[in-house]
Amino acid sequence: MEFFERFAIPHPSPAIYASMVAIGLTVIAIVAGLTYFKKWGYLWREWLTTVDHKHIGIMYLISALLMLFRGGADAIMIRAQLAVPDNKLLDAQHYNEVFTTHGTVMIIFMAMPFIMAFMNYIVPLQIGARDVAFPRLNALSFWLFFMGAMLINISFVIGGSPDAGWTSYFPLANNEFSESVGTNYYMFALQISGLGTLMTGINMITTILKMRAPGMTLMKMPIFTWSALVTNIIIVFAFPVLTVALIMGTMDRLFATNFFTSTNGGIDMLWANFFWIWGHPEVYILVLPAFGIYSEIISTFSGRNLYGYKSMVGSMLIISFLSFLVWTHHFFTMGQGALTNSIFSITTMAIAVPTGVKIFNWLFTLWRGKIVITTAMLYSLLFIPIFTIGGVTGVMLGMSAADYQYHNTMFLVAHFHMVIIPGVVFGMLAGLHYYWPKMFGFILDEKIGKWTAWIISMSTLLAFMPMFFSGLDGQARRMYTYSESTGFGIWNMISFIGAIGLAIGFVLIVYNIYYSTRYASRDISSDPWDARSLEWATHSPVPEYNFAIVPHVTSTDALWDSKYNNHVLFPGKYEKIHMPNNSGIPFILSCIFFAWGFSFVFGMWIPAIITTIGIFICLGHRSLEKDYGRYISVKEIEETETKLRGV
Amino acid sequence: MKINHSLPLEYSTHQNQMNILGFWVFLGAEIMLFATLFSGYFTLVNRTGNGPTGADIFEITPILLETMLLLTSSFTIGLAIHAMRLGNKKAMNVYFVLTLLLGLGFLSLEVYEFIHYVHIGAGLQTSAFTAALLTLLGTHGAHVTFGIFWGLFIIGQLKSRGLTPEVANKSFIFSLYWHFLDVVWIFIFSFVYLKGMM
Ligand code: HEM
Ligand SMILES: [Cu+2]
Repeated sequence: MEFFERFAIPHPSPAIYASMVAIGLTVIAIVAGLTYFKKWGYLWREWLTTVDHKHIGIMYLISALLMLFRGGADAIMIRAQLAVPDNKLLDAQHYNEVFTTHGTVMIIFMAMPFIMAFMNYIVPLQIGARDVAFPRLNALSFWLFFMGAMLINISFVIGGSPDAGWTSYFPLANNEFSESVGTNYYMFALQISGLGTLMTGINMITTILKMRAPGMTLMKMPIFTWSALVTNIIIVFAFPVLTVALIMGTMDRLFATNFFTSTNGGIDMLWANFFWIWGHPEVYILVLPAFGIYSEIISTFSGRNLYGYKSMVGSMLIISFLSFLVWTHHFFTMGQGALTNSIFSITTMAIAVPTGVKIFNWLFTLWRGKIVITTAMLYSLLFIPIFTIGGVTGVMLGMSAADYQYHNTMFLVAHFHMVIIPGVVFGMLAGLHYYWPKMFGFILDEKIGKWTAWIISMSTLLAFMPMFFSGLDGQARRMYTYSESTGFGIWNMISFIGAIGLAIGFVLIVYNIYYSTRYASRDISSDPWDARSLEWATHSPVPEYNFAIVPHVTSTDALWDSKYNNHVLFPGKYEKIHMPNNSGIPFILSCIFFAWGFSFVFGMWIPAIITTIGIFICLGHRSLEKDYGRYISVKEIEETETKLRGV
Repeated sequence: MKINHSLPLEYSTHQNQMNILGFWVFLGAEIMLFATLFSGYFTLVNRTGNGPTGADIFEITPILLETMLLLTSSFTIGLAIHAMRLGNKKAMNVYFVLTLLLGLGFLSLEVYEFIHYVHIGAGLQTSAFTAALLTLLGTHGAHVTFGIFWGLFIIGQLKSRGLTPEVANKSFIFSLYWHFLDVVWIFIFSFVYLKGMM
């Protein structure tokens, strides 16, 4: 009994018990369904063991959508609790758990997999490659991310959720003030998925540098690939900082070290510094790929090449550099002195310059373009003004003297939602609509899509604009309630309505997927948008080898040239194609990692040792394994190609 | 696999070239990892609480020995790669074994050093300084330990598979890793130990 007591939840509520039952039932339903339809083999062969970047991309996409709803449920709870003054829906502790989970899930387990989905799916296609440089590592990246996500998601039914905020500041996050194992979950979930992210970084950089089609010099890469390259460079340099911070935090919690304590020499601010040295680059990790997608969409639907390609690339490089030099702006109020604050104010404002350059480039691309308003384009157009609000308020926050007024108020909350939602979420939704036909061979319904885009963007304004006002009036963030006399009630009620609107929008996206899967025409060309770059030059859905013949490229818009400028995209004839083999190891290794993390969360040392050994056995196995991939014969290619051409 | 014979064995296939580039990128991440550990250490170095300072606990003899062992091992792994380029499998093997033995020597001394610290009251939990010190050293030591096992696997494959492009590639990457650990150690030696003893 004592053994099981440690898994009990410290702050149970009917909602949590209901979730337990729901989780149990869902698991049973999935297992039963797979068994009944005899789909275990299919699942194992096509998904669990796949090393195909396209399948991995789709798994990232599904995970991101699932996590969007998980984080969304938390968001609704937060807004419902705050909707009226002195509300008793959630108590303080639950409120803490809910906003912590919301932030963590949305950044690490929703936004990250969303960008990973597109980077995985699109980058190899855009550069004319057959897969990524290290396909198996890619699978491992995904499964590590997935297991990290599972770990954070079981926390609330086993042992308790983290409750120290997604920033997990010490000393709040140490054992004294965060007694439950929740923060351990946070540490290990982020550690495990962060490992996966780092591997993706290495993988993507190598892929982009080494696997481009003949003729594609760096300055002829499609802009999304450029954004992916820059993003992954930031990943490689930023994530190790998080790794170390998490190790130190974990050691403080599990081994009673004194890194971030207030006794024996520890400095709690060290955590804040490390966290934001990773954290600020992280926000650019999220937003740059979205910028890349916007650039693709805006140039496609303006019917012209991207304005200022070189300055786009340049501004991304500058952003990636500056993003490491601004972290202190997250804690201007925590006593670094005027000189430090001023320096970081200046670097912070400097970052707005390259961002502004990008905005103007998009506007100039639109200028005199033949604009076609599709759902993807609508999101991109709505993004520009709303993101600008977020950016301008960011510059306001960046003035360190003024930040004393804004810091840790709802004004800040409004700022980052006004950049992340139009920046990242709209970008990903735009990408979803834009690339859906490439991924699945049909177009998502445009009418529902446009309605959804309007509902989501207007609800974003409704949900987050009021926070600027209540924030300036002094409403603090992360407080579970407020009294009526503050007058915040009306702003929060409006926010709540906006949040409901957002929820409706996200449900509509799922409905659209359902509706279009059933009714949309499958009879579309491989290039339904009259696009410009290589990913549209192969069939949809894409055959496993991507391109039957390796494309030859002479400009950023290779496909456009082949359509309108007599460029020969596919010279030569079919040759046998080398492909990597599937492997179960990434999945198994990640499952072991899950058990490893779980053991550490609860300080169960024997399973922790066993799983550590298990991890090394998997690595050893990989070292000894002989796997040289396989070949697809010319005959097979011919058959696939004729079938896909539909003759 | 297309093998290009005009290039050194470890670079001779496209996959090999990618592995090496990928590993360089990984080393970039490792540099950030150790840079973060170092900056944590420098922040906490004077925050000794009730515990001892660096000058109180560092002893030059074992540290010098460790340094010598590790530096020599970096030299021998260089020789191993040189032998590999010459196609001399036997010499390569010898130098590999030598490297790992030197690594093992380094590691034993480090374990001794750690036990010593704990004995004299500079354990992991003593102060922010000891935590930062032992984490920095421990991370480096864990890398060396991992490297020793990795090296063993490579020696095994060199024996059973011979000097194939794949094995050459793995050996070369291993040597990069090993040199890197040496560079990190030089920083530890200069900025942790020497500076701490002054
Ligand atoms: C125009 C460029 C930007 C500037 C000048 C800027 C400035 C700032 C400043 C000064 C803060 C800290 C405010 C405080 O704590 O008082 C902040 C917070 C934040 N910003 Fe931005 N920002 C910019 C763009 C972005 C972008 C593009 C994103 C994400 C895609 C983003 C996400 C965030 C997040 C997540 C936080 C706060 C997190 C937290 O404390 O929980 N920002 N920003
Ligand atoms: Cu920031």
